[in-house]
Amino acid sequence: MLKIEDLWVEVQGRDILKGINLKIGTGETHCLFGKNGSGKTTLLMTLMGFSGYRVKHGHILFKGEDITYLPINERARRGLGVAFQRPPTLRGVQLKNLLALYSKETDIGSRLALAYNFEDFLERQVNLGFSGGEIKKSELLQLLAQSPDLLLLDEPESGVDVENLDVICQMIRKLLQKDIPAKRRKSGLIITHTGLILNYVNADRGHVMLNGQIYCHGNPLDIFERIKNYGYEECAKCRLFEQSLKI
Amino acid sequence: MRYSENHIGNKNVSDEELLKTFSPASESKGPKDTGEFEEEELERLKQTGIDLTHPNRTGTFVQTNHTVQRCDCESSGIELLPVTAALKKYDGLKEYWWRLISAEKDSFTREADQELDNGYFIRALPGEKVIYPLQTCLYIRDENLAQRVHNIVIAEEGSELNIITGCSTHPHLRSGLHIGISEFYVKKGAKLTFTMIHNWGENVYVRPRTGIRVEEEGVFLSNYISLKGVKSVQTLPTATLTGPNAVARFNSVIVAPEGSDIDIGAEVILEAPGTRSEVVSRTISTGGRVVARGHLIGLAPDIKAHLECQGLILAEHGVIHAIPELEAHVAGVDMSHEAAVGRIAQEEIEYLMARGLDEEEATSTIVRGFLDVRINGLPPELNEELQEVVEECHKGM
Repeated sequence: MLKIEDLWVEVQGRDILKGINLKIGTGETHCLFGKNGSGKTTLLMTLMGFSGYRVKHGHILFKGEDITYLPINERARRGLGVAFQRPPTLRGVQLKNLLALYSKETDIGSRLALAYNFEDFLERQVNLGFSGGEIKKSELLQLLAQSPDLLLLDEPESGVDVENLDVICQMIRKLLQKDIPAKRRKSGLIITHTGLILNYVNADRGHVMLNGQIYCHGNPLDIFERIKNYGYEECAKCRLFEQSLKI
Repeated sequence: MRYSENHIGNKNVSDEELLKTFSPASESKGPKDTGEFEEEELERLKQTGIDLTHPNRTGTFVQTNHTVQRCDCESSGIELLPVTAALKKYDGLKEYWWRLISAEKDSFTREADQELDNGYFIRALPGEKVIYPLQTCLYIRDENLAQRVHNIVIAEEGSELNIITGCSTHPHLRSGLHIGISEFYVKKGAKLTFTMIHNWGENVYVRPRTGIRVEEEGVFLSNYISLKGVKSVQTLPTATLTGPNAVARFNSVIVAPEGSDIDIGAEVILEAPGTRSEVVSRTISTGGRVVARGHLIGLAPDIKAHLECQGLILAEHGVIHAIPELEAHVAGVDMSHEAAVGRIAQEEIEYLMARGLDEEEATSTIVRGFLDVRINGLPPELNEELQEVVEECHKGM
């Protein structure tokens, strides 16, 4: 589904990503762990093609096609979808209008709102005065209407209370087809700072990002356990140890 | 406060000089009734919020040039008259005539005082609550006329009234001057919603002069929409909230195409404790000039007032000049303003592109939202018109 090859990315003249390699297979969910400022969000923004994220070197392949320099909407049309952590406010634009634009299904808004129990939400102006939980819900609702093949989620659990977390994870599981493991075609890359999401959504692989590089790949629960016990710095040391063995 | 200057071509002219370039509407009185209107005129009026066949209207007033063609009302609780008739009936309307605006305010008020064509008088009797709106139309049908009207609206105690007023010119008319004096009296506990839609010609000068008084617990809501080219508009309604807990809200949605000079805003004087006001303008320049004013004056404690000027420039040469003013004279007021002028944020466009919309669709969605004022009782034709204008805006970008 997704293959990233030696990706170097610059933001405002500073190198943020320094040689990222990553592969996500069809139907797989990956978690990306890392401290604030390690480059996780930059990776998501670059995958989606946002301005301000300049690829200096390397390639992004999606379903076998090089999308490194494609416009944002072309990537979306090919099946990439992102849930933002801090989306902009669109004054006067009602959420239901956006949902209708994203989906061919008529009345998509009502169906989704009914399924996840927030009808009153549809009339509101997108992101205007939304709470943390409401932003997540709105982002995921939009993704449900869009139905992407690769889901990019930026800290879906941050700023969400326990009650809402349940609904949000239910929506993520739906987006990732967690209920149909045998026929699953949807993939996901979930950024998580707290790892809380792992209690609700099973992930296949985990990666640790530190200082613009991926330091570790493995079972997400094992990795998270290690981060909890020893901190991120241990991942760096672990990688250095690996490298010294190679020498 | 000084309005923007008058221009004829590239030349600055005084108010008096401007007045002299037009003939009085009394010289070209207009048709006897609206049956003489052609199809394209009726269509234009529809786009201005006026539908002469609409079943859901409490009453209709139409004045073309100097003459009133229609003045009928279904509700016995509403009094609708040409203002000249009301002046006779009520012995000069002494309590209401030139009470909120001075006839000596400027050349235009003097002109309306001395050379009145007509105007409407609307009064909702105490406690009367009207479901469907009244529609009033001030229409200039012939070239180069000055139409001078004076309107009086009274919402008596506890009444509720909803007025849609459409001001327009004949589809083929180029030049004209409209002077509209309006005085609104919202009495204790009454609610008046006034939606004004302007749809003028490209070389038309518009000079409304408006005063509003809102008494205790009264509510005045004003919506002003102008989406088409007009040579020049100067308007600054002044609302005085005289009784405790009175409310005044002004929403304006303005598009200024190339060649338009639109100077609009509202002034609210919050005299009594607990009064509230909100002045919101959303303006788009597609090449024209907009001055978006707002002046809130807090004279009593525990008032709350907010001013918001949002402007988008969607062309190379447009001008948007936001002038928000807050003036507090006592402690304990809560007054704020927010003004933002510029182009559409790239971040917003990309946000929608990330969902698969192309740049044009994303921009159009944002502009449509920006112009969405959600006015209750606004006819569907007008909403369609709004969308068309939005689409047109994009072409000029």
